[in-house]
This record gives sequence, C-alpha cells and structure tokens, in this order.
Amino acid sequence: MAQFSLPKNSRYTEGKSWPKPANSNHVQEFRIYRWNPDDGANPKIDTYYVDRDDCGPMVLDALLWIKNKVDPTLTFRRSCREGICGSCAMNIMGQNTLACTLGIDDCKTDSIKIYPLPHMPVLKDLVPDLTSFFAQHASIEPWLQTETPEPEKEWRQTPEERSKLDGLYECILCACCTTSCPSYWWNGDRFLGPAALLQAYRWLIDSRDENTGERLDNLHDPFRLYRCHTIMNCANTCPKGLNPAKAIAEIKKMMVARVV
Amino acid sequence: MADNRAEPRVSMRTPLSRVKGLGASGHGVEHWWLHRVTAVANIPLIISFVIIVAALAGRTYDEAIAIISHPLIAIILILAVISVTNHMRLGMQIVIEDYVHDKGPKIAAVIANNFYAVIIAVACLYAILKVSLGRILI
Repeated sequence: MAQFSLPKNSRYTEGKSWPKPANSNHVQEFRIYRWNPDDGANPKIDTYYVDRDDCGPMVLDALLWIKNKVDPTLTFRRSCREGICGSCAMNIMGQNTLACTLGIDDCKTDSIKIYPLPHMPVLKDLVPDLTSFFAQHASIEPWLQTETPEPEKEWRQTPEERSKLDGLYECILCACCTTSCPSYWWNGDRFLGPAALLQAYRWLIDSRDENTGERLDNLHDPFRLYRCHTIMNCANTCPKGLNPAKAIAEIKKMMVARVV
Repeated sequence: MADNRAEPRVSMRTPLSRVKGLGASGHGVEHWWLHRVTAVANIPLIISFVIIVAALAGRTYDEAIAIISHPLIAIILILAVISVTNHMRLGMQIVIEDYVHDKGPKIAAVIANNFYAVIIAVACLYAILKVSLGRILI
C-alpha cells in the first residue's frame, strides 16, 4: 500500500536549541530539519535564532547566516541566490519553494519551519536525493530531435510557434512541483511527475522537433502519464509561476487527438 | 517480471534503467477517454434515472411494471447501468493503481474490481429485462 505515515527511522524528535544572538532585539526563529546519515539517529528539528539586522532579506540569506555564524554543519544546496538554478528548493512553512526567492518577512510568522523537499530520500539535512528525478527528466529525451538534414543556419520557427514555448522553457528543474504531487509520492517510481512531463510537453509542442509521435509513444502509459489526476499542487507551488498541470492536460489532449 | 522498483541499495541498475523500467505500455488513452465519455453520458442518464425512480414512488405493482416496460424507459435504464458500471470500474481501477503497490494484492484487487462491476451490471440488466419483458415472454 501507499505509505501514509513516516517510517520509524524517519520520525523526527526535538533537537538542539542554539543560542540567541547577543545584543540584538530583531531576532527571527527558525526551526530546521536536521539529519545526519553518519550518527544513526532519527531526524531532529533544531531551533536557530537569526539576527535580522545582520542578515539579508531572504530565507536563503538566513540559512547562510546560520551556517556562517552559528552552525557550520547545517547542510543545504544553493548556488545562484536569484531563482534561476533551482538548487535551494526546500519545504518552507509547508510549501515547496526556493529559499532564495522567498522573503523572511513574507513568511509572516514567529517561527519559520524548514524541511527538505517531501517524500524524497534525504542525503543530509535539507539535501534530498534527486537522482531518480533527473533520470526521469533524461528519460523524456529533452533535446531537439530531427531527421531532416540540419539547415545551414538555425532551425526556423515563426514568432507564434516560438510563443508556444513560453510558460514551459522557464522551468529550472528545482523539483518543487514533482515533490509536492501526491501521485508522485505514491507512484514516483513509475509516474514521471509534473516537472518531467512539463519538459516533455516543451519538446512535444516545439515546432522544430520531428519526433512528436515517438515522444507520445514514450509517454503512453497508465503510470508514466496518467497518474496525473489534476490535483494542481504543482501549479500552486511552482516558484517560477508555471503550470505543469496544464502542460500535462495538453499532453492528454494530444494522446486523444491521435485516436479520435 | 523485471522489478523496476528495485531498491537502489540492493540493485546496481542505473537510475535511467530503473526509470525506464519495462517501457511504455502503449495503453492508457482508451481508459482515460472512456472514463470521460462515460462521465458525460452519466449526466443525462443519471438525471433520467432519478426522474424514473421518483415516478415509480407510490405506484402500484402493476403500474410500476407498466412504466419499466415502456421501451424508452427500459432503454434509458439499460444505458444508465452500462455507463455507470463502466465508469465505476474505470475509476476504481485508478484508485487501486494509485494506492495498492504490492503485486499480489494489486492484481487481486483489479480482478475483483472487474468481477464486481460485471456482476452488478449483469444483475441490474437482468432485473430490468425481466421486469420489462416479463409480460411479453410469459
């Protein structure tokens, strides 16, 4: 059966409360998921206090502040700090989003709770194992496929054809949508998930691509595509404001167009 | 049957091999499309069914048989049974595939679901035909 409760070794307990910064009256509390693969213990929720007057405005700034000034063992991914690399995707206040584009003030709470992306194997602290996620992306063959000999210059498309890629090409593969999808939680081994399917549609709708039929064949499966039940968590959580559910619905319409 | 859900810690398959599994089955669109078609069909059929059942309330036995014996009403009831039981079978299979992951229980549940839908459908169709054709056949 689908697993509805956390396995015993994943249940978290109260962790350490780190000291408050001295001489500061503008402090924000953070409750952060900690798990170390080496100590054999269950996950813990540590409490940190960040001096807002000494820290940048975003949640990622606060994580970096903690790592630099309080606890260098706090582990998380980050790179671009401007919402384009997708590394710092995590679950903040119950919603998957990018720590770098979410303001601390926007959390509007006394205690900001941060967990890794849901329902993925955790490597350490806030770092999930995305191996399968990226393999699913690779499985949809996310590159231009053509048989016509390559033109001397570029493959051409009209502005209208190009505009069909808007709302699709912006995806940064942060995995916020896929890990927010209950269908992916229950069948993530076979369901490709919203991110991979949005990418699949990005190549299905590309006027330059000549392998549309093969791409549809590759998705025509009760699990790969049809586990999407339009739950819409993907569209609600996407930090880039994209709508994977709509892209999946368009793929389903293409599937019907082939037979009706 | 190859197990594409092999536990990464005990299998040396590559992540891509695990994701590709047994390949795309080439099925799904018929199931999805029929589910939508029966959903659309259910709207007028269930409304008609409710009206017919309401019309039967308070009637005598002979009057009720006369209503169901009307060809149009019998045909609407038969169509409603076919559409509803198909919709039920398709929807329940999706629920089973979503939540039941162990191979044995899953196959058993899918088979039971099919049997259940067919039994309900045939029992309903038999009842409608017996009532509506009963007087002709005797």
